[in-house]
Amino acid sequence: MKYLILKHYRGGPAPAVDWAPMDQWTPDEVDAHFKYMQDFADRLVETGEFVDSQALSAEGAFVRHGGEGRPPVTDGPFAETKDLIAGWMIIDVESWDRAVELAGELSAAPGAGGEPIHEWLEVRPFLTGVPGGTH
Amino acid sequence: MDASLLRELVPAVIGVLVRRGADFASAEDAVQEALIRALETWPDDPPRDPKGWLVAAAWRRFLDAVRSETSRRGRELVVDAEPPPDPGPAADDSLRLYFLCAHPALPPAAAVALTLRAVGGLTTRQIAAAHLVPEATMAQRISRAKKRIAGEPFDRPGDLGTVLRVLYLVFNEGYGGDPDHTDLAGEAIRLVRQLAALTDDPEVAGLLALMLLHHARRASRTGPRGRLVPLAEQDRSRWDTGLIAEGVAILQAALARDRLGEYQAQAAIAALHADAPSTAETDWVQIVEWYDELLRLTDSPVVRLNRAVAVGEADGPGAGLAALAAVDPGVPRYAAVAAHLLERAGDLERAAGLYAEASRAAPSVPERDHLTREAARVRQRLRA
Repeated sequence: MKYLILKHYRGGPAPAVDWAPMDQWTPDEVDAHFKYMQDFADRLVETGEFVDSQALSAEGAFVRHGGEGRPPVTDGPFAETKDLIAGWMIIDVESWDRAVELAGELSAAPGAGGEPIHEWLEVRPFLTGVPGGTH
Repeated sequence: MDASLLRELVPAVIGVLVRRGADFASAEDAVQEALIRALETWPDDPPRDPKGWLVAAAWRRFLDAVRSETSRRGRELVVDAEPPPDPGPAADDSLRLYFLCAHPALPPAAAVALTLRAVGGLTTRQIAAAHLVPEATMAQRISRAKKRIAGEPFDRPGDLGTVLRVLYLVFNEGYGGDPDHTDLAGEAIRLVRQLAALTDDPEVAGLLALMLLHHARRASRTGPRGRLVPLAEQDRSRWDTGLIAEGVAILQAALARDRLGEYQAQAAIAALHADAPSTAETDWVQIVEWYDELLRLTDSPVVRLNRAVAVGEADGPGAGLAALAAVDPGVPRYAAVAAHLLERAGDLERAAGLYAEASRAAPSVPERDHLTREAARVRQRLRA
């Protein structure tokens, strides 16, 4: 079953650990964080659970329809990023419990001072395209 | 079976079908289908006359498509079953294909896709995989591209500049780590070599030299896990000296013809880097002079930005910052260049802030991560 693991900039209900932006960590702490993320993705490729992973630029805008005959309305750049998506991983796993286990691991990525970030990650099941089961 | 031999035949076979009266779009579709069939059957059953096989298979498919289209429309479509006498040299057909696929009416992504298929002889699946899009999406992109140029005569001479731009785009798309993915950089080099054999223009030679000089140094530009390695830290022992020597020779021959163009100038800069044992021993003064030539030829803001970096190396960070002041701050990587020069000039506080800002504006993960590391590194210097 496919799940989306969404990373927000400082997302989720009240971050468990308040952490400084990455450019204020030491270079070793930055490297350790990147290595953790890559090792995590590599492990998932090996277990056959990896589907996709994307990082998003912090730049962009909110866009909506502008009305009949009018151009779309844009609202950007983002004044406040903390609720925005920073990136995602798509995994294909046996169960919800496994998705939770993996998201928990991802959330343990080390941050400033080498301490795990305990970041809240949003985990969402994919709706499949085809109805399954009997009806 | 050598797949690259098969790919090389594709443009010529399209040319044969067009000379028999097929429109370009239908001919290209037919050849693509024949190519896919060849990839399936040739490994077990290689033909004695590969080109003849491909022509026959493609022509058969073209006729089938024409017949079903004719019966659908209820109209007659007249087509030559036999090739006309004196079909003309196949080389001219290949050259015309380059122009047609790089037609200025096509958006760059469409020109790239069509060039890779009709000139490069890649399958839709390979092109889609190289661009990380679904095959159906790529098939549509190519089909729409051909509709867009539907009226264009096959024999129309074209602007070599647009062809070179498309080929350089293909080259810069780079390659994935997956060995099954087509190496687009290698493919671009092959297509430019082919083009250089078809036309005498020194800018084609300039582009070939530029690609060879970049490709020669590619291995040192990325570290483990795709990590970006800046020029000053690159392991120059990993540079392919054979490719560098070839690139330099091609460039020198082109420059000797005294018809300077932007690709020759860019290649000259690349050659100066490739020639240096280290960043410190690089002839930055000469590089600045070549950037001046490039600016005269293109007046590009990106060139102006890169020139500021070179001025910083040649004449010191103060001069580099003065050169930077004349650059539009909206140019990509402006903040990263400013951060680099400011750190050299001793303004660590502003440099750290700009590296952080640059990391947020970075278009790729390796750049973003590199700039984040630089910001962290400079802040650490501040604390010390």
